[in-house]
Amino acid sequence: MIKTSAKTARILIDKINEVVKRPIKLMEVCGTHTNAISASGIRQSMPKKLQLLSGPGCPVCVTAQSDIDWVIGLARTDKAVIATFGDLMRVPGTESTLEKEKAQGANIRVVYSCLDSLKYAEDKKPAVFIGVGFETTAPTIAGTVIKAHANKIKNFYVAPFFKLIPPALRVIASNPGLKIDGFILPGHVSTIIGKRPYQFLVDQYRKPCAITGFEALDILQGIYLILKQLKDRKPEIAIQYERSVNQQGNLTAQKIIKAVFKTTHAEWRGLGVIKDSGLLFANKFARYDARAHFTIKVPKPKPTGCRCGDVLLGSIIPPQCGLFAKICTPSNPIGPCMVSSEGACAAYYKYER
Amino acid sequence: MRDKSKVKSQKSKAKSQTLKLDSRITLDYGSGGRKMHRLISEIFIKHFNNPILRKFEDSAELEIQKSKPDYCFTIDSYVVKPIFFPDSDIGKLSICGTVNDLAVKGAKPLYIAVSFVIQEGMSLPSLEKICASIANTAKSAGVMIVTGDTKVIERHSQDQPRPSRIKQEIFSYEQGRGEEIIITTCGIGKILPDFRNPTLSAKNINIGDKVLINGNIGDHEGAIILARGQFDFKARIKSDCAPLYGLIETLAKAKCRIKMMRDPTRGGLATTLNEIADAAKLGISINETDIPMQKSVKGISDILGFDPLYMANEGKVVIIADAKDANRILRIMKKHPLGKNSAIIGEVIRRKHGLGVWLNTKIGSQRPLLELEGFQIPRIC
Repeated sequence: MIKTSAKTARILIDKINEVVKRPIKLMEVCGTHTNAISASGIRQSMPKKLQLLSGPGCPVCVTAQSDIDWVIGLARTDKAVIATFGDLMRVPGTESTLEKEKAQGANIRVVYSCLDSLKYAEDKKPAVFIGVGFETTAPTIAGTVIKAHANKIKNFYVAPFFKLIPPALRVIASNPGLKIDGFILPGHVSTIIGKRPYQFLVDQYRKPCAITGFEALDILQGIYLILKQLKDRKPEIAIQYERSVNQQGNLTAQKIIKAVFKTTHAEWRGLGVIKDSGLLFANKFARYDARAHFTIKVPKPKPTGCRCGDVLLGSIIPPQCGLFAKICTPSNPIGPCMVSSEGACAAYYKYER
Repeated sequence: MRDKSKVKSQKSKAKSQTLKLDSRITLDYGSGGRKMHRLISEIFIKHFNNPILRKFEDSAELEIQKSKPDYCFTIDSYVVKPIFFPDSDIGKLSICGTVNDLAVKGAKPLYIAVSFVIQEGMSLPSLEKICASIANTAKSAGVMIVTGDTKVIERHSQDQPRPSRIKQEIFSYEQGRGEEIIITTCGIGKILPDFRNPTLSAKNINIGDKVLINGNIGDHEGAIILARGQFDFKARIKSDCAPLYGLIETLAKAKCRIKMMRDPTRGGLATTLNEIADAAKLGISINETDIPMQKSVKGISDILGFDPLYMANEGKVVIIADAKDANRILRIMKKHPLGKNSAIIGEVIRRKHGLGVWLNTKIGSQRPLLELEGFQIPRIC
């Protein structure tokens, strides 16, 4: 563990100030980074020319509106026990939220691990786990499916809304309008996938990157590593978070993902459909796909004025959205970025108003 | 009333944001955060409004004999899952919460009324254990249980877990699983002479006053989270649930000049400081590095994405005193068993940009520290 000390932080902040000579935009891809940057007050101590923008790394935030509506639709049929991570409860769908449906009697259980949802599969109704998340959560969900398969649990399904980070980064890096100078890469996702899947950011797009940890000092050091690459014009995938991330990642986790899932196109909020950026069950496990099992009618999304999509792309910061802190607050969120503790709007609302 | 909000500011906020209360009550309305404050101001206060209630303090000052308030009166309901948790249970909690609301107003708790709403199926050993715990806590807090009531209600749903089988003689936390009880306690206390003129209140505080707390934050909520057994990790966190009157009496006997006190329960330290700052129309700045916290609480909150500043405490008191008295108060607090980890965590300042509470972060930066919104929810990854 890195112990945060004001002295070391000061040294890093001074070094960062020294190297920033022109306007620079860095994207912190992971929502946990956004939260840590806001909570520790890093943004306020950065040079004015350096802008830190949130990326698409908050699992709830990037889940498509139609997927949220699908879950709410399923809750209303009363045909299944829905097991979900708590983050999803307040995410507004077109007409309602899971929290409101639960208050009206829908059978929705908040679980902390996918494995916990298996116990609901013992009841008469089938249990459906809502599979949101990135490469970090996919392995444990794959493990649960393998366990269900081995124990011949037939009453269990997963709604596969998983997303993969590198394809989304390709969309952002290749967008000429966004002009991101470098990426603070997610520590936890990289613990699973290692360094290689990001190599295209350097080879094709010449973007400096650092895989970074989550303590304030980690982030400051990560930022400095990127700025130094920019200055030296030597982009690479640096690993700042060495105590958790190695070159090839967690091979066991990669193997289990490969065994259970195959890649598919996925719809991201704000980014649209991205090729090979989602996970679907491989044929052997296809029977666990909740979306194939339940037919749910999804309403047509109504425009709300929410600009979560632009926030996720890094094209605006939350206060630039007209709804921010006015009618959209964590207790009355209009968009998902205001819901999750990893959401950029929630972090700005809580720490930087 | 336990929930202390500024009705005026809430009303104006509500107006400016043209937000409506949801059409149904969700769990968020019990979190101690902003939704709960709005429910109180827009429903309860609307119907029950009077000058004593409107002060929104931990307990109400009553003028029973003369023109000066001499008694405090309060009520609170306790719902907690599980009903038994490390080092404590719902019984102990139901006494501590109420006597602490009296104690932080400088009152010696005297009498308690207790009401039980028991769900059918509760085992007698569980109920006995809760009552023994109530009796022990009341004894240590110096209060008498003088009246009470009992109701039994049906189990509300078929899929509620069945009560676990009673294990003879060996008691475990498992015993209370699937059992539900709601305990309401009502307490009356006499304001100590030293805290009578003027009574403890946010209006006594001034710029430059120091903010103290009697120990580690977040222990109670941390213990409850672990006792629920939803996570497969273990940590040694005990609830800090304790009656605070002893500590406060010690301070009164030592003639400590205290301006106000408040117990940071639901909503945590951050929410309580916001309530104090709003009531005083002043600001408070606190230093992140000075806030006492156990490593294990920091650890579980890091994993879950919680902020310990918003986690509930049940044996903590925030004290505000003049800067020249603060060090002496700290010394006396540190000698008391409930104040070993006491610390001065900040001071009263002018409000900045209309916001009350500011946190000086570890890396030497400053950011606003707002009140809790709704329940903290664990993050996904």
